[in-house]
Amino acid sequence: MTDAPRETAETAAPARRPEMRVRPTAPIVPPANVSGRALMFVIAIMAFLACLTFGAVSMVRATAASWQSQISREITIQIKPDDNLDMEQALKDARDLALTFAGTRDGTIVDKAATARLLEPWLGEGLDIDELPVPRLVIVTIDEQSPPDFSAMRKALSEKIPQAFLDDHRTWVDRLVAMARTTAFIGTGVLVLVFSAMVLTVVFATRGALSGNRHIVEVLHFVGAEASFVASEFQKHFLLISLKGSFAGGFLAALFFAIAGFWQGRSIATPQSDQATALFGTFSMGFTGYLGIVATMVVIAILTTLTARFTVMRTIYEIDLVRSDPSRTDQLPDT
Amino acid sequence: MRRRPGYCHGGGRALLEPGWPLIHFENVGLRYGMGPEILRDLTFDIPRRSFQFLTGPSGAGKTTLLRLLFLSLQPTRGIIRTFDREISTIPRDELPMLRRRIGIVFQDFRLLDHLTTYENVALPLRVRGKEEASYRADVLELLKWVGLGERINVLPPVLSGGEKQRAAIARALIDRPELLLADEPTGNVDPPMARRLLSLFLELNRLGTAVVIATHDLSLMDQVEARRMILSQGRLDIYD
Repeated sequence: MTDAPRETAETAAPARRPEMRVRPTAPIVPPANVSGRALMFVIAIMAFLACLTFGAVSMVRATAASWQSQISREITIQIKPDDNLDMEQALKDARDLALTFAGTRDGTIVDKAATARLLEPWLGEGLDIDELPVPRLVIVTIDEQSPPDFSAMRKALSEKIPQAFLDDHRTWVDRLVAMARTTAFIGTGVLVLVFSAMVLTVVFATRGALSGNRHIVEVLHFVGAEASFVASEFQKHFLLISLKGSFAGGFLAALFFAIAGFWQGRSIATPQSDQATALFGTFSMGFTGYLGIVATMVVIAILTTLTARFTVMRTIYEIDLVRSDPSRTDQLPDT
Repeated sequence: MRRRPGYCHGGGRALLEPGWPLIHFENVGLRYGMGPEILRDLTFDIPRRSFQFLTGPSGAGKTTLLRLLFLSLQPTRGIIRTFDREISTIPRDELPMLRRRIGIVFQDFRLLDHLTTYENVALPLRVRGKEEASYRADVLELLKWVGLGERINVLPPVLSGGEKQRAAIARALIDRPELLLADEPTGNVDPPMARRLLSLFLELNRLGTAVVIATHDLSLMDQVEARRMILSQGRLDIYD
């Protein structure tokens, strides 16, 4: 309107008054409002919970794998006492025989003192092991990847030392494998549930926050904005909100694991720490854990942005639907 | 005035214009759902550079007719040609381009409360992807023209009803539309302000924009010798 006639400017600024300065252009979507802040808060909480669950499940899986690995790394040769048996020689023979098999790494004879310590919870202190017919143990470390031939070893042992019994821990290993798998499965299920809850919460919270901005979508649409332009304006706005929220939640979760790991490291060998380690494993997240937190943040950001885009496009579609179907007056602006 | 019930080829000046009218209605009818027809057998043109009032009693269908003119509704029957295109054949994604050729002043202004007067008026240019530097002078000049030169950094909640009305009008005019639709543009202002706004519309029309003003205000219509479109019980009578 450069050729607008000046004679109609009845309240034009007086001469020599300095030109008014225009403030820096504000974003089309208001940067902060109650629904936007609430959405950011919801995203932060959900990101925190999701990252916490992710870290916890990673720990449980690692602990389960470690149980399995520790127990399947060793086999035990048990030698029952016998009047005609030189126990110490039999222990050495059993160890040496076991170590001749490919797939074994190391053999340790559990000495008398250690055996007494093992029995201490049941038989009390000051136990004289020679007075009791207590079986003795040889612990053989094996290569988990290529274990020895247990049946051949069992046969060779029984031929050389009839009192020897090979326990390859298969029963325990199988049980632990089943338990570890169940634990990991439950953990993964919990993770899926928390992520599903996060997805739904973020989607509905975004839609809720957007519903307060419907009038902006309508005005933009009616001043000739293309749907893609309107969608991109809202996308930018909600991307920023989701990044702030998910960063806050992810950072808090990472901080939680860092503090827990630090506490565990400082209180090592104390009963509390040992109990926590036995139950939960170590609180160290590792690179994968932090990568998971970053991935969670990215997922939330993408989710929020896409929800904003689809909701805006749907709003515009509804406005256009009214156009082609006048009976849908519920969506109609008062034009 | 000469009455032409139901049909008009256009105002005197527009008859001299070559080519097609801006908008052409032919036997247009509209009903909401299964209800009665709100508009019946409307056949008329909105010629280029024409100026007309659209009036009638409350509930006669003025706002609905404006919606049809603004492409925010499709008729249940009949043909509407806008800018020489039949609107039922226009794909959705082409509507924004056509709406850019039409300025509309909503009855409730529809200003965005978080944007200043300047930003609200500049909004149509902004959504067209123009750089702020390219339109700043034009927006400031238009704001002075409508008497809001001192209110450029004010947010709408602080503006008076008349100021909001003028800001809404300025927003509708900023991209020099070929057609301006105004729904009760003087409904919230006192008579002197109404006269100022009317002179503004006349000036705009003089510069080449066709203007349709929906109003109840008889005194406003009496100030100008212009075409009158009177809606009554869904039918349209046109007085040239």
